[in-house]
Amino acid sequence: MSTAARGAPYWLSSPAALVMLALVAVPLLLTLSLSFYEFDPAKGVKETFTWANYLSVLTDEYYHEIFLRSAWLALLTTLICIVIGVPEAYVLSQLPQRWRAVFIVIVLGPMLISVVVRTLGWAVLLGSEGVINNGLRALGMIDAPVRMMFTFGGVLVALVHVLVPFMVLAVWTSLQKLDPATEHAAESLGASRATVLWRIVLPQVIPGILSGGLIVFALAASAFATPSIMGGRRLKVVPTTAYDEFLSALNWPLGAAIAVLLLVAVLAITLGINRLVERRFRQVFQ
Amino acid sequence: MSFLELRGLTKRYDSVVAVHEFHLDVERGEFVSLLGPSGCGKTTMLQMVAGFVAPTAGSIRLDGRDITQMKPSRRGLGIVFQSYALFPHMTVADNVGFGLQMRGVSRADRRQRVEETLALVHLQQFAQRYPRELSGGQRQRVALARALVIKPPVLLLDEPLGALDAKLRHDMQIELRALQHHIGVTTIMVTHDQEEAMTLSDRVVLMNQGRIEQIGRPYEMYEQPNGRFASTFLGKANLFQGQREGAAAPVRVGSVALPAGDGATGEVDYVVRPEKLRFVAAADALVHGTVEARAFLGNYWLFQVATDLGNVQVTLPNTGLPDVNEGDAVGLAWSPQHARVLAHGSGGSAS
Repeated sequence: MSTAARGAPYWLSSPAALVMLALVAVPLLLTLSLSFYEFDPAKGVKETFTWANYLSVLTDEYYHEIFLRSAWLALLTTLICIVIGVPEAYVLSQLPQRWRAVFIVIVLGPMLISVVVRTLGWAVLLGSEGVINNGLRALGMIDAPVRMMFTFGGVLVALVHVLVPFMVLAVWTSLQKLDPATEHAAESLGASRATVLWRIVLPQVIPGILSGGLIVFALAASAFATPSIMGGRRLKVVPTTAYDEFLSALNWPLGAAIAVLLLVAVLAITLGINRLVERRFRQVFQ
Repeated sequence: MSFLELRGLTKRYDSVVAVHEFHLDVERGEFVSLLGPSGCGKTTMLQMVAGFVAPTAGSIRLDGRDITQMKPSRRGLGIVFQSYALFPHMTVADNVGFGLQMRGVSRADRRQRVEETLALVHLQQFAQRYPRELSGGQRQRVALARALVIKPPVLLLDEPLGALDAKLRHDMQIELRALQHHIGVTTIMVTHDQEEAMTLSDRVVLMNQGRIEQIGRPYEMYEQPNGRFASTFLGKANLFQGQREGAAAPVRVGSVALPAGDGATGEVDYVVRPEKLRFVAAADALVHGTVEARAFLGNYWLFQVATDLGNVQVTLPNTGLPDVNEGDAVGLAWSPQHARVLAHGSGGSAS
């Protein structure tokens, strides 16, 4: 191979690399440097190095609560997505060919609609003058509206709805690689349907559950639109807090510090879980 | 009453008939092969016995009990799948022990029986490996061990050696045969490989287009095929279409009269195996021709001879360099008792 040909992969991929650099790496680095600037309420951002932003986030219980809430929210969303998404993907894979295509479109269809629109749909359903409350009141089952908007549960439901297709897709991909004869083999050896699912199918789709889980967790922890519509100012999560620091308090360095901490936390958790699961289920990861 | 009785088993998918009225009695300890080209219904047949495909009609009786409607998990049959279908997330020992675990066998007994069965297939030292860490032949043995450990009344093999290379396949055939004799388990094997079917089976069931063409012992079936399909699918055959006026008359193929023993009359197929043909002097020849091609195939030589009957194949055992060369004019002869005369298009579906 000539020298020019050997260099080809590098210069051929350089346009994409440049775009990534400009759109991802540079803003990230700018945010990182911004998080170390000093903020003076009277004069604004000062270009002097300080740890003060990080200290104030790490020592203030107000931020602890918000970070914990985000962690819980992301964790519960992931767990619920696994509980809903895995059986959903399995049922999809068992459908006859022509129905499968139809149902995949139905499952993935919502992803074609903006997250904001889908979340507003939930607001219409869950509001105190919403469809559910009005319905229950018409049936005489409640006197006063049940508060569902601006609650943790409300945000959770909307997030699960938005993110479950990612789980279905990831598990579906794993199921494609599963040899259906292994299910038959287990059955012929005396396993019930439930045992086949639990002991044969589930362990083989662990890679799909893992990648789906990581995607859902990262997206849930950093979700902005859904928590801000469903939770509003009353139920703050990390992304909405960072947003408020930037745009309401105009404390850009503090907002940047929150954003950086979120990024680091999500990275640490996802990488940690990834390694843990890959080691525990080494055999099903090629 | 036979050990396993298949009575009129039929499977229809919408308008397509996959298996049509399949009758077969299998005796205890017998090794039966279902042989046929792909799409002949042999795999569907096996799936019905296993319980993965519900028959449209017919019944399956095992040891006097009707199991037609029984779930696969209740039938207790040992199955070796074409893809082996080993559980990739379990060790070899866990794979083999799975069936015992499902039967509630205690941990200690399980260990012992897994060990014994792995010893049977010479895999003791691989118990703690995972399927991915094994070669194709080893995986095949694990699949076999997993099916045998539950001491099944019937062992079902779906193209068990299909994924192995030729040499390994040959060794496994011999080993499988010895193992089956040793254990004495009733076995049904599906295969498209006629050599494999003949090597392994006590009886061969030849299938074509969802129907049984012929059932018989390998030697009988090879020597006495009942039709065009049986004679050409099982081994090589020279097949000439001709007419015969009476049971004592010769068969006329074009201008040539061929001697024959008993057989059909009227429109007939005249079948003679290539290894029954001899090169003879012109005076003794039944037909004359020219050698068009000569090929060396290791244990035998294959000749293609152009004659008045059309192209004729002749094989000679490799006992040295033959003195017949390409381009030679030769005479061919065979003993009439080696020729079969079958009614044209007989033996189920003519093709």
